[in-house]
Amino acid sequence: MARSRVAVVGGGLAGLAATMKLAELGIDVDLFSLTPVKRSHSCCAQGGINSVNNLTRQLGDSEWKHFDDTVYGGDFLAHQPPVKEMSEWAPKIIDLMDRLGVTFNRTPEGFRDQRRFGGTLFSRTAYAGATTGQQLLYALDEQVRRWEVTGHVTKYEFWDYLGPILDGSGRCRGCVAQDIVGMEVRAFPADALVIASGGMGLLYGRSTMSMVCTGSAASRTYQAGARYGNGEFVQVHPTAVPGADKLRLMSESARGEGGRIWVPRTPQDPRPPQEIPESERFYFLEERYPKYGNLVPRDIATREIFNVCTRDGLSVEKERFCVYLDVTHIPREELDLKLGGILEIYEKFQGVDPRAVPMKIFPAVHYSMGGLWCDYARSALGGIEVGSPRNQQTNIPGIFAIGEVDYQFHGANRLGANSLVACIFSGLTVAPGIATVLANLPGGTAAEQPVSLFEDAHRRHQAAYAELLSRSPEGENPYLLHEELGKVMTRAATVVRHNDDLERAYEEVLALEERAARAAISDQSNWTNQNVVFARALLDMFPLAKLILKGARARDECRGAHYKPECALPPITAADPAERRRQAEDWCDRFEENNHRWLKSTIATCGEKGEPQLSYEEVDTSLIPPRPRLYGLAGGDVIEEVWRGRQEGVGAPR
Amino acid sequence: MMNQPSNVQNQRTFDVVILRQDGPGRPSYWERFRVPYEPDMNGISVLQRIAALGRNAEGKRVAPVVWDCNCLEEVCGACTMVVNGRVRQACTALVDRLLEDDPRQIELRPMGKFPVIRDLIVDRTRMFETLKKVQAWVPVDSYLHMGPGPRQSQENQQLAYVLSKCMTCGCCLEACPQYLKIELTRKEGEDDAAFAAREKEAFNRSFMGAAAISQIDLFNRHPTGMMNAVERLDALIAEGGIQVCGNAQNCVRVCPKDIPLTTSIARAGRAATFHVLKQWLDR
Repeated sequence: MARSRVAVVGGGLAGLAATMKLAELGIDVDLFSLTPVKRSHSCCAQGGINSVNNLTRQLGDSEWKHFDDTVYGGDFLAHQPPVKEMSEWAPKIIDLMDRLGVTFNRTPEGFRDQRRFGGTLFSRTAYAGATTGQQLLYALDEQVRRWEVTGHVTKYEFWDYLGPILDGSGRCRGCVAQDIVGMEVRAFPADALVIASGGMGLLYGRSTMSMVCTGSAASRTYQAGARYGNGEFVQVHPTAVPGADKLRLMSESARGEGGRIWVPRTPQDPRPPQEIPESERFYFLEERYPKYGNLVPRDIATREIFNVCTRDGLSVEKERFCVYLDVTHIPREELDLKLGGILEIYEKFQGVDPRAVPMKIFPAVHYSMGGLWCDYARSALGGIEVGSPRNQQTNIPGIFAIGEVDYQFHGANRLGANSLVACIFSGLTVAPGIATVLANLPGGTAAEQPVSLFEDAHRRHQAAYAELLSRSPEGENPYLLHEELGKVMTRAATVVRHNDDLERAYEEVLALEERAARAAISDQSNWTNQNVVFARALLDMFPLAKLILKGARARDECRGAHYKPECALPPITAADPAERRRQAEDWCDRFEENNHRWLKSTIATCGEKGEPQLSYEEVDTSLIPPRPRLYGLAGGDVIEEVWRGRQEGVGAPR
Repeated sequence: MMNQPSNVQNQRTFDVVILRQDGPGRPSYWERFRVPYEPDMNGISVLQRIAALGRNAEGKRVAPVVWDCNCLEEVCGACTMVVNGRVRQACTALVDRLLEDDPRQIELRPMGKFPVIRDLIVDRTRMFETLKKVQAWVPVDSYLHMGPGPRQSQENQQLAYVLSKCMTCGCCLEACPQYLKIELTRKEGEDDAAFAAREKEAFNRSFMGAAAISQIDLFNRHPTGMMNAVERLDALIAEGGIQVCGNAQNCVRVCPKDIPLTTSIARAGRAATFHVLKQWLDR
């Protein structure tokens, strides 16, 4: 029997973790990436990676609490078994990364240091300066290079994945990819295909994401029949630095180390921030959320910053929305030791020293909770059955999705420092499942399939490329169309969403798609043609843009990152205790009704002409019952009291 | 100070001259572009504007300039090029500062020590091949759970962290007088594998450069990494090793991550001397 091969698309944390684990299991890997894998977007992750640790454990923390924080932070939209399993693996994953040489910050005694991140009360986050993602990525890149030397891994860097190859039964038998230097299109037989291509921030024009995050690999797999889950859940990070080319992330670790968010109480106070006295500063997160303060989950922090600027008119500047993120009260040496990397970024791009002057920040599109739908095998203990081929497998047999491109772990909102752990976890756990699949492949290996299967796929993609290349240089510029798409998506499908606006945006996206289909190609060269590669990626943004808008339009509720003011539950306004209680009862009734209707995953499938078809799937909430997500909101205690009473009532004998 | 184009009133512009090349072995040529000024621009937003314009300064439609970039935060290393004569990442090259060098224009060139693929993109395969040669990794037994890694002092972590921030961008090599360009052309009938093997051999014989020496320093001080110190030191003193360094100290001056490369080279040099002595004594 021919030796098995697996194709992995994407060489960030997830793709590299899967690749090294597959190689360790004796499976050869072809690794595809648009960029040398060491330059993948994972290197932009700054703050750290979460797990329960020896220190937090002694303060009452546990794997279960990490699991609970993640599920609660995600507003209960994630299936619970994979999240539970991830939380249990998290400490082991950090140990492994430590063994691989990641330069985690240390305590004076030489243990790994940890800091606090949003959505938890424990200091759970291990970190390497403020470039933790880069350091984790490098450790995995080094391990994969080891396997490259032994011949088990072949890298195809500067290759663009064009789509899967499916046989007559619908099973994936490989993929087609194009060398974006020499422009050769080639079909690769593979016994399993792992999509690890990350997020799709470029749909929004400018975001915190890297330039390779076009979403094209996800879109091409979706267009080939893969289901897409929870597309409308897109994380907008509270703190980014606006720029003409990119919105640069200012890590949550700045707040984890004590950074405070504020605006002057006087709108557009002309004084320099250092001269504004404490009493004239509005620390709005700390006032509204006394328990979590500046470390409320991202969706909440983002909405509060957005509202303070748009609704309350308290933006620091008039022309441009921004608030202060202040770390100037922290000693310089401590800042350099723990946050050096991100403060340097701010200083380099803004020309202002954030150790001396508060930073000006505003929210920016950052992460996609949604992604390719994938499966899991639930274990008797409520986790997942490691080694099951169902884990991370999409609805197309033989195609797996891991990392940011899957929809599995973060529900309606991701907690800070949970993405790195989810990426590595899904990468490590997909491998044994694939090994199980390969041991008993239906219909033999990919190499044993008829040659015509691969030749046909190759011919189809070669023809599509030739068609693009032969386009006229007269017509609309794809880069400008991309800017327009970004503006529409940013306006309609980010922090606050309105149904009429979403409907209008959908029509606008359809019109843009038609224009993009006729866009000009101004480069006719058959050598390193970025123009064609970009135009093709742009075309593939539309199916995803449509499913995001349609999913958001359909979902008439507020959950995590998806917020519609007209669907928001009313706040408790009464002063009289009895009336407050009545309002809270009413609030809880509506909360329960809403969960009954909307606590479901959105599943999009690609219909005729790329129109998304939506359906809904029940969420496995069997381990932690859903509860109101208040984070100690000032005035929210009465709701918690009523809710607790109801839960006790449920549990009590009747 | 700024050019004033005839068609747009009150729109400040500046020029960008780019050394272009259509492909390997093709002649290079300068092309001029005129870009509308915006606040807070950098090398990448300039190239993005040029792509969106699609025309050169004479208004002629030209093939878009090709360049490499990814993170735009100076952590990935992709967009390294020569900006106003200095090797650096284009993303952190702020236009306002660049126009202080020369208010009329900004000059962009590809790095000169690596083969040009097209326009501003060069082939840095050699850097990644060198990382294989020096075994820049921690050789763990397996990826199974074996408990935490070795405990380390804060001092050692700080030192390792600085070295570990190397993005394999190539600035140090561009600036190094001893690091010379290797550009092979394919022989007739030579297939991919044969060409790659010939290229790898050429890379291995040539100077490894500061980035790789510093990685040897990094992994040889890691408590597990040092178990393979001998193999790395063998690579360090082999052909193309540390003896080629001419101590010009340009590398440390251009490193965007402030890696103390000359300190690394000095430490590696001492280790190499002990290694050679020990080899001699053990004979």
